[in-house]
Amino acid sequence: MKARDINCVTIVGAGQAGVQVAQSLRKRGFEGRIAMLGDEGYPPYQRPPLSKAFLKGEMAEARLFFKPESFYAGQDIELQEASAVRFVDPAAGTVTTEDGGLYSWDRLVLTTGSTPIAIPVPGAELEGVRALRGLADAIAIRELLTDGAKLVVVGGGYIGLEVASAARQLGHEVTVIERMPRLLSRVTSPPVSDFYRKLHRDHGVDVRLEESVTAITGDARVSGVTLGSGEQLAADIVLVGIGVRPNQALAEAAGIRCEDGILVDAHCRTSNLAIYAAGDCARTDLGDGQTLRLESVHNALDQAERIAADIVGDPAPGYDPPWFWSDQYDVKLQTVGLFNDFDEIAIRGDVAARKFSALYFTDGQLIAIDAINDPVSFMSGKQLFKKGIRISKDEALAAPTLKDLTKAQPNKETAA
Amino acid sequence: MTTIIFVDHEGNETAVDATNGESVMEAAINNNIEGIVAECGGACACATCHVYVDPAFRELTGVASEMEEAMLDFTDDVTENSRLSCQIEVTDELEGLRVTTPESQI
Repeated sequence: MKARDINCVTIVGAGQAGVQVAQSLRKRGFEGRIAMLGDEGYPPYQRPPLSKAFLKGEMAEARLFFKPESFYAGQDIELQEASAVRFVDPAAGTVTTEDGGLYSWDRLVLTTGSTPIAIPVPGAELEGVRALRGLADAIAIRELLTDGAKLVVVGGGYIGLEVASAARQLGHEVTVIERMPRLLSRVTSPPVSDFYRKLHRDHGVDVRLEESVTAITGDARVSGVTLGSGEQLAADIVLVGIGVRPNQALAEAAGIRCEDGILVDAHCRTSNLAIYAAGDCARTDLGDGQTLRLESVHNALDQAERIAADIVGDPAPGYDPPWFWSDQYDVKLQTVGLFNDFDEIAIRGDVAARKFSALYFTDGQLIAIDAINDPVSFMSGKQLFKKGIRISKDEALAAPTLKDLTKAQPNKETAA
Repeated sequence: MTTIIFVDHEGNETAVDATNGESVMEAAINNNIEGIVAECGGACACATCHVYVDPAFRELTGVASEMEEAMLDFTDDVTENSRLSCQIEVTDELEGLRVTTPESQI
């Protein structure tokens, strides 16, 4: 099917990825019908502030929305804010919603997001036990954070630590329970984990490592948490941040290949070439036997652009390195590249002064950077990786700043 | 309400009514101004909301923080009038503020 034969695109989900697909299709000149089906009952909104400024009451709800509602009408994007999809019929090229709506499509885009993993212990259903995924969760948590409320965070990942930081700044007593020997174990290296443990402890958070929760106690409302050690902690709120699962049930039911995520190729096409997936729900087949599923704003935007380009027949966008940020207290982490395969770490900067970067290397080549209050290293890394400039460990450590390495090195550039 | 004038790289002007307290970036997004990406939504984390502030308003828009300054340094065609628009808060004093969006963010 050529681009001119595509008259209708339906997008399931109205988050960061979904909105970007719709917006980018119009920007790229697509004139057909675009329907976007959200199920949260809000106009499309930004998730990152939910665990940061919004939770602290520094950002009003209206400021979360990506666009004014006039934008969607103006761009002829049919936005349904509360239409959950019941099933996808790939043969008929339709989507049926819970409220009885029927949307046909020539191309379908699944941006279904992810769902927080529930904690498998008694008491998980008590009032005051929450995960933080959507605006409704953030509003509920904000309401629970009343004067003197004690917060127990289960899971020392980004979400948990950002909520811990916001709650401490609001004056709450906070305990973080982490099963692993270090915080952020899935997403960063030991030196950065140690930095965050110290940061939180310095701000008065009780950080418990290698500790588990065996039960949540209370009578209708949560009042405490029982730890693996047997200790009982008082709690008015329990924030569960132990990871998410990709929302792939619709895709599976439609016969699309899924493996902890909807499997997609470099153009974000699923095993059904008329159906795409992007964002938290999508797992990319890298073609070398490895697959990758990222939960980040950048990934949602990058994949959305690839989909829009593919639908209209534009060339695929160039490589844009994955990046991510986290704000906790007065510390901004910016990370670029993928650190997972590193075999060596080097630290640049001053850890005690809370301004440093962890540089990750594989076979002596720079592959990723965690920059702590160090935007120069972060932005340098973004440029280096985007341009495919290879930097050795010696070069990275000898340069006065990483910015000096971003100056043209044509002899070293490789096709990214 | 404060009027902000966005000028695109070709010189076309759009005047918008901005709400005090929001950022210049948000005023752009809320009024469908092109040329401001704002990937991170205003966290001073991505440097995709670069604008050139009319020199007459430079003092009124304040001074870039160390973080903003460092991020700006990596944007295309940075000048002494460059700012990240997510870091400029709209106030009465900025009535008539003119900012130009760079071509690289289209």
